[in-house]
Amino acid sequence: MLHRHLSTRKSVKGKECRAQVDGQDYEAVIGIETHVQLSTLTKAFCSCPSKYGSHPNSNVCPICMGLPGCLPVLNERVVESAVKLGVALHCQLSLKSKFDRKQYFYPDLPKGYQISQHDIPIARNGFVDVDIPMEFGGGHRRFCITRVHMEEDAGKLIHAGNDRLSGSFYTQVDLNRAGVPLLEIVSEPDMRSGVEAAEYAAELQRMVRYLGVSNGNMQEGSLRCDVNVSVRPKEDLPFGTKVEIKNMNSFSAMQRAIDFEISRQVTLHQEGQGDKIVQETRLWEEESQRTITMRVKEGLADYRYFPEPDLPEVILTQDYIDALKASLPELPDEKRRRYERMGLSMQDVIILANDSDVATFFDAVLEKGADVKMAANWIMGDIAAFLKSEKLSISEIKLTPLELADLIALIKDGTISGKIGKEVLVELLAKGGSVKALIEEKGLVQISDPDVIESMVDKILAENPKQLEQYRGGKTKLQGFFVGQVMKASKGKANPTLLSKILLDKLNAKQ
Amino acid sequence: MRAAVPFPRLLILRPVNTPQCRRLHTVKASQTATEPSKLQTNRSACSEILRIRKSLLSRERTAVEVAEEYLTRLQQTEPYVKSFLYVSDKVLADAEEIDRRLRRNEDVGPLVGVPVAVKDNLCTRDMPSTGGSRILEGYRPPFDATAVTKLRQSGALLIGKTNLDEFGMGSTTEGSAFQVTSNPWDSSRVPGGSSGGSSAAVAARQCAVSLGSDTGGSIRQPASFCGVVGMKPTYGRVSRFGLMAYASSLDVIGCLGSSVMDAAILLGAMAGHDKLDATSSKTEVPDYAAKLVPIEALDSKPLKGIKIGVIRETMGDGVDSGVISSIQASALRLEELGAALTEVSLSSFPLGLPAYYVLAPSEASSNLARYDGIRYGSQVPADDLESMYGSSRSNGFGQEVKRRILMGTYALSAGYYDAYYKRAQQVRTLIQRDFSKALDGNDILISPAAPTAAYKIGDKVNDPLSMYAGDIMTVNVNLAGLPALVVPCGFVKVGERDLPVGLQMISAAFEEGRLLQVGHIFQQTLQNLSFEAPLPNK
Repeated sequence: MLHRHLSTRKSVKGKECRAQVDGQDYEAVIGIETHVQLSTLTKAFCSCPSKYGSHPNSNVCPICMGLPGCLPVLNERVVESAVKLGVALHCQLSLKSKFDRKQYFYPDLPKGYQISQHDIPIARNGFVDVDIPMEFGGGHRRFCITRVHMEEDAGKLIHAGNDRLSGSFYTQVDLNRAGVPLLEIVSEPDMRSGVEAAEYAAELQRMVRYLGVSNGNMQEGSLRCDVNVSVRPKEDLPFGTKVEIKNMNSFSAMQRAIDFEISRQVTLHQEGQGDKIVQETRLWEEESQRTITMRVKEGLADYRYFPEPDLPEVILTQDYIDALKASLPELPDEKRRRYERMGLSMQDVIILANDSDVATFFDAVLEKGADVKMAANWIMGDIAAFLKSEKLSISEIKLTPLELADLIALIKDGTISGKIGKEVLVELLAKGGSVKALIEEKGLVQISDPDVIESMVDKILAENPKQLEQYRGGKTKLQGFFVGQVMKASKGKANPTLLSKILLDKLNAKQ
Repeated sequence: MRAAVPFPRLLILRPVNTPQCRRLHTVKASQTATEPSKLQTNRSACSEILRIRKSLLSRERTAVEVAEEYLTRLQQTEPYVKSFLYVSDKVLADAEEIDRRLRRNEDVGPLVGVPVAVKDNLCTRDMPSTGGSRILEGYRPPFDATAVTKLRQSGALLIGKTNLDEFGMGSTTEGSAFQVTSNPWDSSRVPGGSSGGSSAAVAARQCAVSLGSDTGGSIRQPASFCGVVGMKPTYGRVSRFGLMAYASSLDVIGCLGSSVMDAAILLGAMAGHDKLDATSSKTEVPDYAAKLVPIEALDSKPLKGIKIGVIRETMGDGVDSGVISSIQASALRLEELGAALTEVSLSSFPLGLPAYYVLAPSEASSNLARYDGIRYGSQVPADDLESMYGSSRSNGFGQEVKRRILMGTYALSAGYYDAYYKRAQQVRTLIQRDFSKALDGNDILISPAAPTAAYKIGDKVNDPLSMYAGDIMTVNVNLAGLPALVVPCGFVKVGERDLPVGLQMISAAFEEGRLLQVGHIFQQTLQNLSFEAPLPNK
């Protein structure tokens, strides 16, 4: 299904997102390296808890501190996560891969090398399909994935003694993060704008959340993107000098950082100062909304990679891969395509599918037989508003999908009115409970018996002879008055359609 | 896969007996002379572990008495030998505890009360562990190496930490940052290395047995130099957890003792899979000692059916003639015992040494990167990070270690990797293939353990290439990951002195049992040779 659909999609990258400066077209070329911290219980090569936010150096042991004589032992869950993501990204998996040592000295790197994968990554040659949000013009894009590999994170340095890095006079090392498992996902240079790049990263985040391999939290650094940006005057020219941007902790910051960097580079080209674009790493400064030079690369770093002798090769069997493949949940793009086929608008599809909690809730409501459009509208309308005002996520509310499905069914079959439905919903969101019980308890069932409504109408007409006379004398606006009176008498429960029909019949009846 | 070679039934069926023997305290060395018709036990083959065990279990002696015997000798000999970097202050207390347990008839392990010395590149939680390096001076690990844990569980008495070439890099033990160890046979000579402290300690009977590590011959060459038994197990047979890594793909922990039986018991206590070492093997550990048969139970041809190949490339140029004649005599002796002897050629043999000296330093350059002065070890304060790294490492590492870090860093550098590291790995594959071919037709390959007997202290300090050349007999075995056993087999006369020579026996992976069986028979039948070093009695 997925593939049939994908084959009909044409990449339209670069068409509507070319930077226009003084009539000259420039094209930006963007590639992204993403580090995803896996949510395994323990670290990649030791049994320390892999937990964020603990007291510094409390989740450490001789192994992740790199004490003499210590050896790494691979956490199988890391391989499992890598295979899941590799499959989800449509990659070719390496049945035989290995670990390598990437060597450099830094105080946050206890062993003096990082255990990583160099020439044989566990997965390569994949792609990811994304839908650009409607507010950015919509459309489908396919971005290719070069490789996915497993590695360990380094610790953290805390420069202390001053608010600014440059003024700090000592540095503390926290090794809680050292040895936490990472997947590095390298994209092809397929993105052409900040929006595309942000959407690519957001899709990776959705994917790891859907797969349950990472919480994908950017603020905590569970998902980190290093973006390479270059521009070139024409689409068919070789790539320009690339600049790496770091330190973006949200997708919108990523988008702004990239767009800033593109315009900075384009402007330099425009002013004939293209040679001022140098290969360097730049930091995104949120305060000033610009990128600034962090360090200029002087030659290529030589990491002296060589095969990690302490770890055996990673051998995958086809059975193992197939079993994991079969266990994968529906992925974001598959879900979006399914919602699309159900007749939802692209706008609705994106809102519902892009948050895995929302999508899970939505799917559960549908599973209970609720009407698709109504379920979508309730979730994106009243429920979304409630979540926003209460600052809750959909998984935290007391309303269950079953109750929402019941509520929708009761509205649809006329048992309660939409207005009553909204009131009931507020209560269910806050307190939980069953829709039926609540309606029973409060006597909110809509009165749809024509005889009962007729007798109510008769009673009101009899009690208000003056108004009836005025109406019949031509003051037809008084219809609203009668509706109101009946509603008041029925405590809002009278079926409005039925009431209006019966009332009109009575009002206009020939004496 | 090669077919299992039929082994004499006798060897497998007879139970182990404790040989009745007492230690000789004087030494008389003479050339091999054999009496094939009647086999007699050579006293050097007597197990020190079984002797101690027997005397403790029979209440003939207490563990404290045994410990005192060794500590006294250690005190007397240490000023001349200098094999220990640290002697435990808990030996007697630990021995008392063992005595209490014996009195309560508690289950005591196979190494009960056995004084064991541990090479200082093995981590011990109650004793400093320096790896013989200034950079780890005073360092105390928070854990025991798995091999050490297993020895403790077997009831062993850890008496101290032995000297070594810094991080195992050297063949003389002169590369220690702290002291130079002497060969107990001649205190002007080196004990070999890098496990020189462990081999000298056994030779001087400062301990019953000891642990060493072997990356390119570091157990076997000093065993040969000091006239003791050295066992280098198959790569992965003993967990490396807690061994300060020199070259991870070559490092193994092994043991030294005066008898093959002791090596068998010690190996049995240490071997096995360890979940803390992903390269440790799950291959089952046989009861090595149970398969060793006392000489009384053997007929005159106990090695019938065993095929032994003499490695031609180890018996020619550059090898001391005295060493060659000792090995030749040993080969004949094995033949007399019933083995079928042939000569085998390993054409890749001479390539091993250069390949080793690319691969081992490459891994070392990486393994030693953690000694950066940041988390532990000696730190030289400096104004910036680069200088702090530079000064700490430059101050903390010795000359040989620096040389190997530089060589390894160079070999792994971009543009050189293919010409050095990758090429050396290809050579390694060739060597493995040649060994495997030779071991298809032979149960055991034999060679000298070193091209010469022990040389003088200082001889090779300024000539590293000549020191490296001395590793020619042993490095290939590490490159192939095979087990090898060194058993003292003869002497070389140098001036007035007789210096011991060891016979190296190599087998297929995880065939330690066969090596030990053959080695045990060989050692027991070495007539008129005693490998007890003269104790200094100044």
